[in-house]
Amino acid sequence: MKADRGKKKELRSTQVKNTVEARTPFYGILSGRPDADSLNGVTEMPECFSDLNLDQVIDTITRGKERYELRPFFYSPLKDIGTIQYRHEVMRDLEDLTLLDDIRSFAQGMNTVREYVELSTKLSYKYQKERWFLDAVGVYCDVVRNLLGDLTRADVKSRGFLAFRDFLATYVSSNPFTSLCSETEIVLSQLSQLKYSIIIRGGSFTVRKYNSEVDYSTVVEKTFARFNKGATSDYRVKFSDPLEMNHIEAQILAFGSQLFPDVFHDLNNFCEKHSDFLDETIVNFDREIQFYIAYIEYLAPLKQADLKFCYPQLSEPSVNIPKDAIQLYDYECFDLALARKLVSEDSPVVCNDFYLTGQERIFVVTGPNQGGKTTFARMFGQLHYLASLGMPVPGRKARLSLFDQIFTHFEKQERMSSLRGKLEDDLIRIHKILEAATAQSIIIMNEIFTSTTLQDALFLSRNVLQRIIDLGCLAVCVTFIDELASMSDSTVSLASTVASENPALRTFKILRKSADGLAFAMSIAEKYRVTYEHLRKRLLS
Amino acid sequence: MKALLLYKDRDFETDQALPWNEDALTQDLSLNTLFEAMAGQDKFVLDIARKVVLSGSTDLDTILYRQEILRDCLRNPSVLREAYQVAVDAIEEKRKSFWAFFSHRSPGSVLYGAIESLQIFVSKLKLLRNIADEHEHEFRSSGFSRLVAMLRQELTDEYFEEIESHLRYLRSDHDVLVSAKLGAGNKGTNYILRKPPDLRLGWLKRVRLAVSRKSEPYTFHLDPRDERGAEALGNLRDRGINLVANALAQSADHIQTFFNMLRTELGFYLGCLNLYERLNEKENHVCFPIPSPVRERRHSFSGLYDTCLALTTSAKVVGNGISADGKNLVIITGANQGGKSTFLRSIGLAQLMMQAGMFVSADSFTANLCSAVFTHYKREEDTAMESGKFDEELSRMSRIADHVTPDSLLLFNESFAATNEREGSEIARQIVTALLEGRNKVFFVTHLYSFAGTFYEAARENTLFLRAQRLEDGTRTFKLEEAEPLETSFGQDLYERIVANSDDTKRRNGESYES
Repeated sequence: MKADRGKKKELRSTQVKNTVEARTPFYGILSGRPDADSLNGVTEMPECFSDLNLDQVIDTITRGKERYELRPFFYSPLKDIGTIQYRHEVMRDLEDLTLLDDIRSFAQGMNTVREYVELSTKLSYKYQKERWFLDAVGVYCDVVRNLLGDLTRADVKSRGFLAFRDFLATYVSSNPFTSLCSETEIVLSQLSQLKYSIIIRGGSFTVRKYNSEVDYSTVVEKTFARFNKGATSDYRVKFSDPLEMNHIEAQILAFGSQLFPDVFHDLNNFCEKHSDFLDETIVNFDREIQFYIAYIEYLAPLKQADLKFCYPQLSEPSVNIPKDAIQLYDYECFDLALARKLVSEDSPVVCNDFYLTGQERIFVVTGPNQGGKTTFARMFGQLHYLASLGMPVPGRKARLSLFDQIFTHFEKQERMSSLRGKLEDDLIRIHKILEAATAQSIIIMNEIFTSTTLQDALFLSRNVLQRIIDLGCLAVCVTFIDELASMSDSTVSLASTVASENPALRTFKILRKSADGLAFAMSIAEKYRVTYEHLRKRLLS
Repeated sequence: MKALLLYKDRDFETDQALPWNEDALTQDLSLNTLFEAMAGQDKFVLDIARKVVLSGSTDLDTILYRQEILRDCLRNPSVLREAYQVAVDAIEEKRKSFWAFFSHRSPGSVLYGAIESLQIFVSKLKLLRNIADEHEHEFRSSGFSRLVAMLRQELTDEYFEEIESHLRYLRSDHDVLVSAKLGAGNKGTNYILRKPPDLRLGWLKRVRLAVSRKSEPYTFHLDPRDERGAEALGNLRDRGINLVANALAQSADHIQTFFNMLRTELGFYLGCLNLYERLNEKENHVCFPIPSPVRERRHSFSGLYDTCLALTTSAKVVGNGISADGKNLVIITGANQGGKSTFLRSIGLAQLMMQAGMFVSADSFTANLCSAVFTHYKREEDTAMESGKFDEELSRMSRIADHVTPDSLLLFNESFAATNEREGSEIARQIVTALLEGRNKVFFVTHLYSFAGTFYEAARENTLFLRAQRLEDGTRTFKLEEAEPLETSFGQDLYERIVANSDDTKRRNGESYES
């Protein structure tokens, strides 16, 4: 099946090339490269997903769109800036709300087509199956023509949409498609004009052609017209309409096909002739465009809550020389998973800024608990991952780095069997990460070595951090050990903060600031009102 | 078909919004006493009386139209009651009918329910027609004349026969002719019951004849054991009668709406009739008021008394007469318990009753219509703290100000007194001045002498000062006379009588006049 699909696609792209020389071939809306199909193979969720809460994000994004099998696309971070830009262009085109709506109705139409085709295979009576098939083709023709119309009207600029539009134009004006459309219309209009009567008796019925008898309800309405007061209740009973036919309906249809033999003969011919009417490129477009739509839909409520998104600039990862000057930043960024939850609860979302410049590579985050440290670390990973998908990222303005892999090490409560076991486990995992990581990797470590003595933790952490510093990769390290913050020129000290006027209030702001531990201790004292000023007043009263 | 007894050209909307201050009006003017007297035991009449009185008209023609009809009603009380009863019976019998208990889950039960309702309604329509035939010449008002003529013209015997022939046909259980088209998946859709070409000839026969004559080929006979087939066929039949059942049920609704409207509009006049009879029992006179347009300033009457007080007291109530044409401010001062509040209420009641199209409690009464009536009464029950009370008063005033439109009538009863005299007077002065400049009419009962005095000294032409009468010996006549405001309200008298004087009879008498 898959090989088949590939073959067809090849055939078509050569066809298109042959007819219109100047046009760029269309390989897919996700990538302008001939190897675009490679995105399809990944079915395994990247390891960093659950630590970064990207699993939640992708679950929500793909919910209700299971039939498109979008996960492989989200599991395939891109390594080349070209394809990322290709996607940015498509995404920018989709900022046109009219186009977005058009694409949505196209998707809805294609869904209907699939449903109808499925019905035509599933149901049991011949003329019923054939009608569903005919309807499927009818919807398909409309949907494809509408899409071309929409794309022509829309001011699309992306290479992806332009190439697809060219493809579509050629397809729609091709002979096979135009005759498919006209045949569908003829058979459909013949069927819709049929009108027949049924005489229902106690134990039998007769079907015959309709003979212009008057609708009895209009007669009744006329009699009582003088009392008419306009709107009243609707007493029409809603009947459940199962798609299946019972044998009575089937018999009526059979009589109908005998009353109007020509029409049903045409229907039968049509179905036999067009069994293979779906175009593979269009089917693929329908699936792949959902990658963008799904993401746009995820962002919609966040944008409504006035959160910012931007197309990040991307830099190639520094080429194994830790001394290279870099420039990375994201302003007003936030955790995509948490933001979604907060917005749905009508709670405010706190945004943070960060930048890394020159030799800086590693954020060391300290400060009060529940102050947003973990969220910051997670966000840093998320932003880079999302950027690598070619998607807009949280933030007003961003410049992020490509990477070969994201490694995460988050403390996991449930794994704690014994202290020794956990420490050992931690070390084994960290060792693996350090082995696999390169200068192009991103490492995110959250509260490692909490399960040992401060002495041990300090020793182990320093060593691990030194290894990361030597590696020269990007990293975020959340820790309770202040000493780590100033280990090297490449580390940047960040701290979570509390509101100065009310230390009990956490701001969830992560700021560049030295990890002196003093402000922290003071704020806790404030919070419990045990400072000198507080104590004097309290003791006085 | 419409009753059109409240408006010449439209139905009375029973679900229209009542004025936002209906609660204040009801409380301040004791409207519930009025409504209950109108209703007797009939809750429905109570409801409609309330709605009509509270949503009075500002249209002269409408008011005169209703007055005419009401005169007819007062002349023919038994016909009014008879017709009202027909409407009540139609609605009640339908409510209790057999099919009313069935949920409308199948077109069959919808159809049978509608047929049953229509049979009830047809019998009541016939009764109405008979009443119309019998009393055709007893009505003089244009409203009733039109209604009677309409009933006689629309509800002919031929029309009743047409309805009944439909009901007979649809009730019987026979073969049906249903048309259909092909819908989704070539399933039948758009099932519509078709009328046999000639109903009288007997359509059943015709179809049977047709079938036997041509022996139509596309006929299917169900196996007698094929229960699912029979059910499926029944389902098609149901789909077929769905539309006609709907049309019939809607028609029944429409006729019910007619009866509802008739009941509503007759109900109001029945309420007026009841009130008239109650007042007559104690020989309290009423008259039809002469309304004048909204923009004019008229208020002249004689023998005006408080309808509600008349309804609740056994004593003969005292009427007042003034002529305040051209005035836009009436300030009432004078002795406590001197009938000021009663007078103010009689002004409000007369205004509402006049604008509803009713008679008023007076020997003669003329006044301009007003765009709305507002009451601002001192509220006793509010917080003990004076500042809170004053705050509340002004906040109520502010809400009134939100709704005042030019040509409103505002009744103030000892307002803004919850502070010291000077401040209260000043505020009252500012408020009243603003209201007058906004082209409104104000009746103000007050003890605030500075307030009243300021207006008196200004000697405006369009201010009238009334004072509760007090005879030389201190007794009150409960009459108001035109007189300048006096600085004392004779609270001393009141104290004398209630606290110092032990004459019980006098005291009771006094209390019954308390507002």
